Amino acid sequence: MSVDPEIARFPFPASPVPYDPGPELRDTMAKCPVNKVRLPDDSTAWLVTGFSETREVFIDARYSRALVFAPGRPLYGVETTLRGSLTSMDPPEHSRFRKLVARAFTDKRIEALRPSVAGIVDDLIDNLLAGPRPADLSHEFSLMLPASVICLLLGVPITDVDKFHAWSNAIFADWSRSQEEIGQAFAEMTAYMAALIARKRAEPGDDLISVLINARDADGKLSESELVQFPLQLLAAGHETTANSINMSFVALSEHPEELARLRANPELIPAAVEELLRYVRIAGSGFVPLARVTREEVCLGGVTIPAGETVLPAFFAANRDPAAFGDPDRLDVGNPPKAHLAFGAGAHHCLGAQLARMELQEAFRGLLTRLSGLRMTIPLSELEFRDGQAIASMRELPVTWDDV
Amino acid sequence: MNWRITVDAGLCISSGVCLGTAPGRFRFDEDEHSSPVSELTEPDDQVRDAALSCPVEAITLTDAATGEPVPLDE
Repeated sequence: MSVDPEIARFPFPASPVPYDPGPELRDTMAKCPVNKVRLPDDSTAWLVTGFSETREVFIDARYSRALVFAPGRPLYGVETTLRGSLTSMDPPEHSRFRKLVARAFTDKRIEALRPSVAGIVDDLIDNLLAGPRPADLSHEFSLMLPASVICLLLGVPITDVDKFHAWSNAIFADWSRSQEEIGQAFAEMTAYMAALIARKRAEPGDDLISVLINARDADGKLSESELVQFPLQLLAAGHETTANSINMSFVALSEHPEELARLRANPELIPAAVEELLRYVRIAGSGFVPLARVTREEVCLGGVTIPAGETVLPAFFAANRDPAAFGDPDRLDVGNPPKAHLAFGAGAHHCLGAQLARMELQEAFRGLLTRLSGLRMTIPLSELEFRDGQAIASMRELPVTWDDV
Repeated sequence: MNWRITVDAGLCISSGVCLGTAPGRFRFDEDEHSSPVSELTEPDDQVRDAALSCPVEAITLTDAATGEPVPLDE
């Protein structure tokens, strides 16, 4: 295969400002909302960076998730674990399963969990206050919160948190991580979930797994493999993402001290700030390739004609900085939340846990900003280290300190 | 029987779940909120799926003649 040197290689190198789209992505965005890129295996894809174009890819049925998993089409990174999952289907097949689990994640159910989540935040902050300074916010708080919330949802002991950390680390790996390594972690998780399901069948609780088992056993609406798959996705999609959203939002606020001070003085702005931070902050790591779509037919997108059967990559973290959609996209303004953003995607595959993630972020910042006076990083931005090539920009540590009260 | 589709703009979070689940039945208005392309429809599984999949339960289906809510669970 001849390789055209004019086509940029994707993923692009790590951005020097980790929460920013980065210079290569900005150059690409400035050219056209839709650009051809070359992937590590030398195949080509269409990288979509405009807001309205990216949203169209997420929503329009001509861009298929199911075709990504067509026989013979190679899969990479996290996609290798997604065959048969909710995110490998198109509507209407996808809807049959999605509408069942959607009932477990509605706003009302999530709000009912808020007091428990606030309690987890308080406990984690109590531990920070009792421990040495500086502390590693990432490992002692940001990773612990979503893992603990997943334990709560699954009805498993909090002591299983360490297992979840290890598995999600392996699965959210880059393209260079071997399929064996990803497969091994995935197999261990699958076995864990199968045992958990067996236990919950014998002794049902009021947790999410028991609700899903009931959908399987009483209503026959789920298959056994769907039942086992679902909690795995919950962990894969809900752990590192939420943790690094807390980390990276805090880093971005630290780099905007006037906005951080404004938020501290006006905690009622936290829900608005969370929306603005979701728009503003990139948590995708340098190894991240957006979950692909394959065109069902020839399409015209952002003035570009894309033939049928091509790979399309919706770069939502670029779209969230599109000047055509946001007046001043590079300004972080915690009092001015966007009308809409694409941090959770859009359309049929819009993040199932979006409302849960929002609530966790709100409670996290409420706790961090109201209970840890003067919370700040103890190293400059340039000294933050990230694990190489990860799909999610995973910090090795986030050293912070705070004032005596 | 016809259904009347209502979207509560105060609840809508612009996820676009309904636009993706029931193609051609919903669109974003100028405030980025979903609204039905046509308020009245014949009973339709995809529209029902959209109502059931909405993350904030913003979509209501009623019997256009009586105003009674359409049961969402099959």
